[in-house]
Amino acid sequence: MKPVLWVKGLSYRQGGFSLEVGGLEVYPGEILAVLGPSGSGKTTLLRLLSGLLPPEEGRVEGGFRVYLPQTPLLLRRSVLENAAFGLRLHGVPRGEAHRRAQALLERVGLGTKARQAAHTLSGGEAVRLALARTLLVDPEVLLLDEPTASLDPANAAQVEVLLREAAQEGRGVVLATHDLFQARRLAARVLFLLQGQVVELTEAQSFFQRPQDPRSRAFLEGRLF
Amino acid sequence: MEAAELWEITLRSLWVAGAATLLAALPAVPLGLWLALKGGGGLWGRVLLYAGMALPSVVVGLFLYLLLSRSGPLGFWGLLYTPYAMVLAEAILAFPLIAAFVLSGARARVEEVRLLVRSLGGREAQVLPTLFGESRRTLAAALAAGFGGAISEVGAATLVGGDIRHHTRVLTTAIVVETRKGELEAALALGMVLLGVALVVTALLVLLERE
Repeated sequence: MKPVLWVKGLSYRQGGFSLEVGGLEVYPGEILAVLGPSGSGKTTLLRLLSGLLPPEEGRVEGGFRVYLPQTPLLLRRSVLENAAFGLRLHGVPRGEAHRRAQALLERVGLGTKARQAAHTLSGGEAVRLALARTLLVDPEVLLLDEPTASLDPANAAQVEVLLREAAQEGRGVVLATHDLFQARRLAARVLFLLQGQVVELTEAQSFFQRPQDPRSRAFLEGRLF
Repeated sequence: MEAAELWEITLRSLWVAGAATLLAALPAVPLGLWLALKGGGGLWGRVLLYAGMALPSVVVGLFLYLLLSRSGPLGFWGLLYTPYAMVLAEAILAFPLIAAFVLSGARARVEEVRLLVRSLGGREAQVLPTLFGESRRTLAAALAAGFGGAISEVGAATLVGGDIRHHTRVLTTAIVVETRKGELEAALALGMVLLGVALVVTALLVLLERE
């Protein structure tokens, strides 16, 4: 199967921090969890993969990819206009963009709130709106930066359903998360980062049951922050 | 002062200050947004812009008078002692106010808007129009500040307008004239009208910015 995202010899430096990823491939329909303590480079990696940050060395190639930051960025507009914003950026006419946005809002449970101002949404609804906006531009790769970090379990579960569906539609999903249970529930593979270095890139089951590196074990046992 | 003349002066004040605000906003809004996109225009750029907010109006009036007087380089325009000269003077004074307000408001949102546009696969060129759409509150505040500066201005308006009755007299210059004549009641009444006009226009702009 041809990957939707591939990385070769990626390196990035800023200040005293450096990040290196020798090689990485993400396949259609796959959810890859990026794990690591705070400051390990998860956000930097996602931004490099999305093209928002230019690497110092190496290459990132693949299909159309979009990045969803941890805090949903909402415009001071209605829910519907926020959902349609990505389509409008890509030149879809207003009427068509609104029609498609309304349909997806129904799917993520925000159909009745389409005319509301986006800033009146709850945290969970805001994340679902941001995710809907991202899905509407039909990316081949979704790069998600801890999308459920500030959500209660019920809202997090709704977002997880959407992520599973996105993967089932054939998208590659790269999910940075602090939630080990979430990674275990969703991910096929895990990339464990520590201080900008890839410690393990392996099957999720293997990572959680038989971590190869002592640092991975320490992280899973909560001894590494 | 007759009611008809009061209306005439009030409408002229509104026209001059409104036109000056629009004339200033045309370059000031894009400049403020562009400077915000470019990281704020650098320290000296901001110092220059903010210093412009403290431009003494009589100095602006004097320079404009020298430019527009018959022997000046722009004397052939024949604008001196017309409302158009007053519009120019007030636009010059409103320009840094509007640009600085827009810059200050847009700077707070620019990184967020850029990240949103770029993360969805948009181009850098699409950041500015999005930022413009997101700056409605800032724009309303900037226009209110520019209009407030223009309508309350007296020094430059007197120098280049000449306070000619039925031609260039506006509320501020009329207040000065009535006070000098000792007609304090009329001056106070004009002052109240000026306050009322400023309040109404500001209220309209505040209503416009509501989401």
